[in-house]
Amino acid sequence: MTPADTLRFATRAATGYPLRTALMVLAMSIGVAAVVVLTALGDGARRYVVNEFSALGSNLVIVLPGRTATGGLGLGNIITSTPRDLTVRDAEALLRAPLVTRMAPLSVGNSEIAWGGRLREAMVVGTSGDYVDIRAFRMAEGSFLPREDLGRASAVAVLGTKLRAEIFGNEPAIGRIVRVGDRRLRVIGVLDKTGQGLGMNTDELVFVPVATAQAMFNTNNLFRIIVEARSREAIGPAKQQLEDIMRLRREGELDVTLITQDAVLGTFDRILGALTMAVAGIAAISLAVAGILVMNVMLVAVTQRTAEIGLLKALGATGRNIRLAFLTEAALLSLAGALAGFALGHLGAWALRLAFPVLPAWPPDWAVFAGIGTALATGILFGVMPARRAARLDPVQALSRR
Amino acid sequence: MAQIELSGIERVFKLGDSEVHALHELSVSIERGEYVAVMGPSGSGKSTLLNLLGLLDRPNAGTYHLEGRDVTTLSPDEQAEVRRTRIGFVFQSFHLVPRLTAAENIALPLMLAGIAPAERHARVAQALKDFGLETRASHRPDELSGGQRQRVAIARATIMRPAVILADEPTGNLDRSTGQDVTHLLEELNASGVTLIVVTHDPVMGGRARRRLLMEDGRLLQDVREPAPA
Repeated sequence: MTPADTLRFATRAATGYPLRTALMVLAMSIGVAAVVVLTALGDGARRYVVNEFSALGSNLVIVLPGRTATGGLGLGNIITSTPRDLTVRDAEALLRAPLVTRMAPLSVGNSEIAWGGRLREAMVVGTSGDYVDIRAFRMAEGSFLPREDLGRASAVAVLGTKLRAEIFGNEPAIGRIVRVGDRRLRVIGVLDKTGQGLGMNTDELVFVPVATAQAMFNTNNLFRIIVEARSREAIGPAKQQLEDIMRLRREGELDVTLITQDAVLGTFDRILGALTMAVAGIAAISLAVAGILVMNVMLVAVTQRTAEIGLLKALGATGRNIRLAFLTEAALLSLAGALAGFALGHLGAWALRLAFPVLPAWPPDWAVFAGIGTALATGILFGVMPARRAARLDPVQALSRR
Repeated sequence: MAQIELSGIERVFKLGDSEVHALHELSVSIERGEYVAVMGPSGSGKSTLLNLLGLLDRPNAGTYHLEGRDVTTLSPDEQAEVRRTRIGFVFQSFHLVPRLTAAENIALPLMLAGIAPAERHARVAQALKDFGLETRASHRPDELSGGQRQRVAIARATIMRPAVILADEPTGNLDRSTGQDVTHLLEELNASGVTLIVVTHDPVMGGRARRRLLMEDGRLLQDVREPAPA
């Protein structure tokens, strides 16, 4: 019996019982579709979070004051155990690292902003002109803070778009003098809508030069320094260089913490990736159920076609012929189910994307292959037992069954 | 040596703790081209004998030589090949595959033998013509009359040009006139040189055979030969 004949015979057998075949294919396709849709959902969530984080800028190293580390009793520890402040001088020194392109110090405080009788609580961020590029913000009006010496406390401010709307309404904002805390600042720019980032809503912030903010809050301390490395690959070496510089400035003691964007992103990536796998695993259970269904259907088919199997044996079919025919039939059912499920799953993912446009709910390639592969494997695996049973039937008894 | 040589065949079935001798010390030889009717009451071992001759069953003891070859010791796959190429079966209940057309049913042995589709089509077309089934080629068994079904079955049994045709009550499910048609068809095949062995209850059909094996309780009771009709 040639493979082509086996295939044709199995196809005729599968299509010979349409209801049974349709139900079988439906069960298998639901399993595959579940894998496709659920992984699309999981991976969509992962991509959504990663995209949100990437919006922060991709090559960033964030420097925080203080360090949680367990060290021995060194000279540094005896003299001082509290971390020293992170200052604007530190920030400037960091720019000396060859792999660093840009840097922005951050000094953050709460204050109030007032104009024309309107008063509002606002978070004030003192930073430098490079911040707008590092975070890849766009300006709606005017320009961002000037690029100038970090020690200069210019009396200018840049507003988030929401803040601007609440203070000025429909009136023009550029050039107006607002009061922030006890200072009068000229509005020189308004940011475009940006959304959430780093836990604060940028649309509600007031940006001022870092020296202005430090004077306002009467501090020399910086909240963070954000450093941009030359490229994604340079993040690691750049971090090393930054640590060296900081250590040099602190007499050999490293009392700052450096976080890379990659590390944060990687963690989220891993967590959500694991979640996707878990969801896929749960969906795979339905595939196993479908596999058992294949076995049941094929066992029924063997019983139903006992006389036919006896006849084939009488006509000279070998056990192998019969085994292959039944196995091919099981494989065909699984394949049809897998393909139908693939289509159904993509339909579901499409519906998801339609319903939640922010969620990039595309099923990952590996999940599609794994789903279809598992469907085929379970179908064939669970088809082996019925096929062997068919091949072992005693022809005399099989023929007498009618 | 005769085409079929059975010697000292024993076939024992176990029913619970009792043993039933379906065939006991059976020895018979059949020449090429013979027309043999196997007759006897139910349970006399007729069908068991036919199954043994068709290599669907194995004897517990004794030897079976088919065309000079000891076929009792062959492996299952070798036996399948002998069935495929040397033996044609015709059953009382036709045993057509219900989802396949008449032509596809006839082509089954050719398909199992792995014969190329082109040759297959030619031989099936010839068989359909020989058995007067041209207009029924694409009909399924449930769209055929009993006589047509049995003709399809006979066409299938002969498509591989076997040396022996084994027919188990071939007219048992047919009315008298179609039964006679089928009998004539089988006899024509026999006349062309194929050995025909028929198991039957029907004394009329049995009476037409030139040799009758009368069986009872698994033994050969009588072996009646008639001279070839003039």
